[in-house]
Amino acid sequence: EEAEKRANMPAVSKGDGMRGLAVFISDIRNCKSKEAEIKRINKELANIRSKFKGDKALDGYSKKKYVCKLLFIFLLGHDIDFGHMEAVNLLSSNKYTEKQIGYLFISVLVNSNSELIRLINNAIKNDLSSRNPTFMCLALHCIANVGSREMAEAFAGEIPRILVAGDTMDSVKQSAALCLLRLYKTSPDLVLMGEWTSRVVHLLNDQHMGVVTAAISLITCLSQKNPDEFKTCVSLAVSRLSRIVSSASTDLQDYTYYFVPAPWLSCKLLRLLQCYPPPEDGAVKGRLVECLETILNKAQEPPKSKKVQHSNAKNAILFEAISLIIHYDSEPNLLVRACNQLGQFLQHRETNLRYLALESMCTLASSEFSHEAVKTHIETVINALKTERDVSVRQRAADLLYAMCDRSNAKQIVAEMLSYLETADYSIREEMVLKVAILAEKYAVDYSWYVDTILNLIRIAGDYVSEEVWYRVIQIVINRDDVQGYAAKTVFEALQAPACHENMVKVGGYILGEFGNLIAGDPRSSPLVQFNLLHSKFHLCSVPTRALLLSAYIKFINLFPETKSTIQEVLRSDSQIRNSDVELQQRAVEYLKLSSIASTDVLATVLEEMPPFPERESSILAKLKKKKGPGAVSVNELEEGKREGGELNGGGERGGDSSSTPSPSADLLGLRAGPPVTAAAPSAGSLLVDVFSEAVKQPSPTAFLRLFVCKNNGVLFENQLLQIGIKSEYRQNLGRMYLFYGNKTSVQFVTFTTTVTCPGELQSHILHIHTWNSLEPLIEGGAQVQQVINIECLTDFSDAPLLNIKFRYGGALQNLTLKLPVTINKFFQPTEMASHDFFQRWKQLSLPQQEAQKIFKANHAMDTEVLKAKLLGLGMALLENVDPNPENFVCAGVIQTKAQQVGSLLRLEPNAQAQMYRLTVRSSKDTVSKRLCELLAEQF
Amino acid sequence: MIGGLFIYNHKGEVLISRVYRDDIGRNAVDAFRVNVIHARQQVRSPVTNIARTSFFHVKRSNIWLAAVTKQNVNAAMVFEFLYKMCDVMTAYFGKISEENIKNNFVLIYELLDEILDFGYPQNSETGALKTFITQQGIKGQPQTKEEQSQITSQVTGQIGWRREGIKYRRNELFLDVLESVNLLMSPQGQVLSAHVSGRVVMKSYLSGMPECKFGMNDKIVIDKQGKGGTTDEPGKSGKQSIAIDDCTFHQCVRLSKFDSERSISFIPPDGEYELMRYRTTKDIILPFRVIPLVREVGRTKLEVKVVIKSNFKPSLLAQKIEVRIPTPLNTSGVQVICMKGKAKYKASENAIVWKIKRMAGMKESQISAEIELLPTNDKKKWARPPISMNFEVPFAPSGLKVRYLKVFESKLNYSDHDVIKWVRYIGRSGIYETRC
Repeated sequence: EEAEKRANMPAVSKGDGMRGLAVFISDIRNCKSKEAEIKRINKELANIRSKFKGDKALDGYSKKKYVCKLLFIFLLGHDIDFGHMEAVNLLSSNKYTEKQIGYLFISVLVNSNSELIRLINNAIKNDLSSRNPTFMCLALHCIANVGSREMAEAFAGEIPRILVAGDTMDSVKQSAALCLLRLYKTSPDLVLMGEWTSRVVHLLNDQHMGVVTAAISLITCLSQKNPDEFKTCVSLAVSRLSRIVSSASTDLQDYTYYFVPAPWLSCKLLRLLQCYPPPEDGAVKGRLVECLETILNKAQEPPKSKKVQHSNAKNAILFEAISLIIHYDSEPNLLVRACNQLGQFLQHRETNLRYLALESMCTLASSEFSHEAVKTHIETVINALKTERDVSVRQRAADLLYAMCDRSNAKQIVAEMLSYLETADYSIREEMVLKVAILAEKYAVDYSWYVDTILNLIRIAGDYVSEEVWYRVIQIVINRDDVQGYAAKTVFEALQAPACHENMVKVGGYILGEFGNLIAGDPRSSPLVQFNLLHSKFHLCSVPTRALLLSAYIKFINLFPETKSTIQEVLRSDSQIRNSDVELQQRAVEYLKLSSIASTDVLATVLEEMPPFPERESSILAKLKKKKGPGAVSVNELEEGKREGGELNGGGERGGDSSSTPSPSADLLGLRAGPPVTAAAPSAGSLLVDVFSEAVKQPSPTAFLRLFVCKNNGVLFENQLLQIGIKSEYRQNLGRMYLFYGNKTSVQFVTFTTTVTCPGELQSHILHIHTWNSLEPLIEGGAQVQQVINIECLTDFSDAPLLNIKFRYGGALQNLTLKLPVTINKFFQPTEMASHDFFQRWKQLSLPQQEAQKIFKANHAMDTEVLKAKLLGLGMALLENVDPNPENFVCAGVIQTKAQQVGSLLRLEPNAQAQMYRLTVRSSKDTVSKRLCELLAEQF
Repeated sequence: MIGGLFIYNHKGEVLISRVYRDDIGRNAVDAFRVNVIHARQQVRSPVTNIARTSFFHVKRSNIWLAAVTKQNVNAAMVFEFLYKMCDVMTAYFGKISEENIKNNFVLIYELLDEILDFGYPQNSETGALKTFITQQGIKGQPQTKEEQSQITSQVTGQIGWRREGIKYRRNELFLDVLESVNLLMSPQGQVLSAHVSGRVVMKSYLSGMPECKFGMNDKIVIDKQGKGGTTDEPGKSGKQSIAIDDCTFHQCVRLSKFDSERSISFIPPDGEYELMRYRTTKDIILPFRVIPLVREVGRTKLEVKVVIKSNFKPSLLAQKIEVRIPTPLNTSGVQVICMKGKAKYKASENAIVWKIKRMAGMKESQISAEIELLPTNDKKKWARPPISMNFEVPFAPSGLKVRYLKVFESKLNYSDHDVIKWVRYIGRSGIYETRC
């Protein structure tokens, strides 16, 4: 776009060269040191200042020269704080070069001085209304380059008129379209097309290439925001496209680029069409399909030139067409043709083409029409994975393999991916591991294959196997009776390798602990052999793994009473029972006591086999989704497919899982939670969950404000969908609030927006709030996003700001308005003072309106410690030994606002017999006393 | 200890590279060049840490000297060494410039071998070094064994800085007190901070192994004498003595004697050397007083009037006086009127520079300037940097007076009276600023 704009400027004529500028620049270039350069610049600046100050008026040429020098100095990195006026003067010149330099200076050194902006706007207005097309273009470029809100306010109404006026020159129209696009991107609310819409759309038919290209950019952007208004562009775009593509037409034949007619325009048209669903009108659709077929046909033709530009242009159109075909996803014929075309590219010499082909195929694979067609290329893709030199292409190949995998080829693909994993690039290993784990689980026909695959995975790339992967394998083994014996055997064999990965030890420990008895019959894997094997790895493992192994040992005691003495010996050793790690020590001590005290019956009950896990969404899938890799789209698609063929997953009952906690951390609670009891008795785990859930008991949205008067962190809001946590910190009159939005569902929230408003007075001058980082409009299922709000207290206030949250959950719009817990007491600075000082100040604040008093009944138990904690949470200093009555509480603090500081004193007198309080607040400002009194009265 | 020493030219090319310890690799040379000499921002700290290696550098004109170490060395020691090394090189071949270093690189390596051993600084006394590291190349006849053993015994002996058997026909002694006075004064004439840092530099041409004793009006010594001896004029001695905040001595001074008796006695090196450095902060004589008057007339004009008053005996003459009056950044024109000297607006330095060749004591002189300003939309106010001044006066602003310098040589028969002694005081301006 920029290049197009430049092309419109006439070149500066030779005779107009500025000698002084050239000399200055060469002086600067010849400077030996930084100091010399600064001296030269200072000298020049002084010269320019004296020239600008001089009483005799400067001619346009000198003005231009000096403004140019200033611009150069600015670009060298020095501050320029004058010359704006001279630049504005240049704008009114009639010479092109002078005007151009003036505009250049203004677009580079935008000044916020309002008077100057008025002058600039005036000059721009004059140029826009002049009949001179170059001047109009210059003005439009300046607007676009500055692109500020003020500019948009001044000209957003004017530019559409220029754009569609009949008598506007083509080059001006082109600039106007791009200028409008820029303004729309910066301040969309100011650019209102309204009545111009249809005329803008009809620019698609313009004869001037530049106008059409610029107009398409504008229309594409506009129609993304309001597709309905610009619907008519579809038929126009289709007819334009067909005129360009079909060889019979002569439309824009002048713009043939290496034998390809108007390639950029074609690409842009195809991209515009991707904003809309397939056209409903049969004729239009027919014409479009014809176009797409022509494009596909042309790809088959032998190239008309050997030049790389020719093939680049041709392929650009082809890929854009394929994107459109994929976007429509309704023409099986076209999809298959596209797929075949891409298949040819898979073995193309050009690396970029191979990359693009793989990438497009990934999306094709998810379409039901072309899935089979994609599958035919499996050998080529596998080959690409093995032989491709470029890592990014290999990554795409891996993505495609993942996308094209189904039941028929799962074994082959998983095997290939596993073998690739050994040599894979480190950056993609973790993702690959997750993909293999998912595919293995999803398409597992027999579970021994699944167990083999995952154990292989751990063996090959143990470092990249995340917790979720081995949790999942254990979940599945526990839930499937038929595979347990096999799993125990395989794990036992795998552990015999001299060096095995810690994750393997974890899986081994867990599985042998549960199902070691299934292979104990074989003398080669007798209980003692199993135990010794596990224990030989013990010393090489980290603390969590050791803890897990200790749990496995106590399970061994239950499974094989004959190992009891050996294991007790191990537990009793100093390295266990006196381990410096508290967790390990506790486990050792408790297990030792448990094994020696409890009877076999009790042991058997306590250490019973783990019950089956509730079926739930694979935590691995959630993890892969969280890694927003390029394969993320296909993962979602796959999940859809999986839902249909649920029985593949060997359970079929994974539908109604909403009751279980969706967060992956809840997985295998028995393994994760700290205390050893939970490992032994899973019911304790759920108990733990209950304890936690009690802590976040949902407050009613209206009453929450008083919960936050005395504390800064907590859960602000919670329902079935969303949880909002809050963390805030205050210093003097400034505050910062972190809001955490947690998606409790497994579905993503889209168009998630939050706005903070201050109602009424609060808005204008009391509280100054601005959000710090904007949120992404998307929250993935189970994910949490964070927002920061900065708060500045200008003067005291009583109301609270409102937080409005809007998002779509499964199509339904959710709207929520909450009050943010910002209360005046947050800005307290505690003040320590002695008894004498306190009462002296107390007396000073004796005006009747400075005092607020309330007598009220206690809502909560009158516990001194609780009261103290609450008063401290309030932010004031709790003064000890001040009040003669030790039952009473007195506090002192200063509220910091930007405008002033309000000192406040507080006295709370509890009456235990009557269960009543008397609260007195005195502060230097009456509104503050009242508000504090109100806030506090709800607390006790 | 110092691990290596590099000398670079202004382009960052290595002229001299001497590595003393194995922990300093070849890449250290490049690290300094890349991170300090070619750094995007000017590196102002003299110590730079790069990858756990410390680089200490000093710059002489456009030559960089960098000492490198991986250990936790005494930074002050390293810098003292670097300065000493500069002195040694200057004594051998004059100005430290790229050309001189290239022409004398063999000599420099020879010196580096001698003054630094395994990273530990050794004897860096020019006089001593010159006895065995010479520039004349191989002499006609090699040094005799006796000569060699004499050098060895001198270098390794107690008095490493002076060889025996020096003989002069005229025993002469030159003593310079060089001081630089630093000042920051408020516009109202209140001294915000002031100190004098001074040096006593000597040039001695004495025969034999003379024992010297240097006396000055140190407050502690005078008071002690006043108490112990005659008490007839306590007021005078109190006025004339000075309080020295801290001082450092040349290695020839017997520190034990200074500690116990506060007397400065020494066997001097032959030739030129710096006997002591000191600093005073009390009762400083400020040779000049600057009285600024800045008036802003509207937004576009500034009137500046500066009066300087010389504040010393009328018989003395100050020289090389230069007053630098900063101008605002939006100055568009300057008119200057001064009665004495020459004044000029230097746009490249954003200052008016007023130069006076000579000025006697107890005089005053004034300059007035009209500065035209260009109105800018910048809201920043001009910070009004202080007016600075340079000068040279023939007395010591700290008030230091040389009371005596006695020479005793018991073996040769010349006495203190036979030695011709010259004493000179020079006071220069350091950072001498007055806020306006």
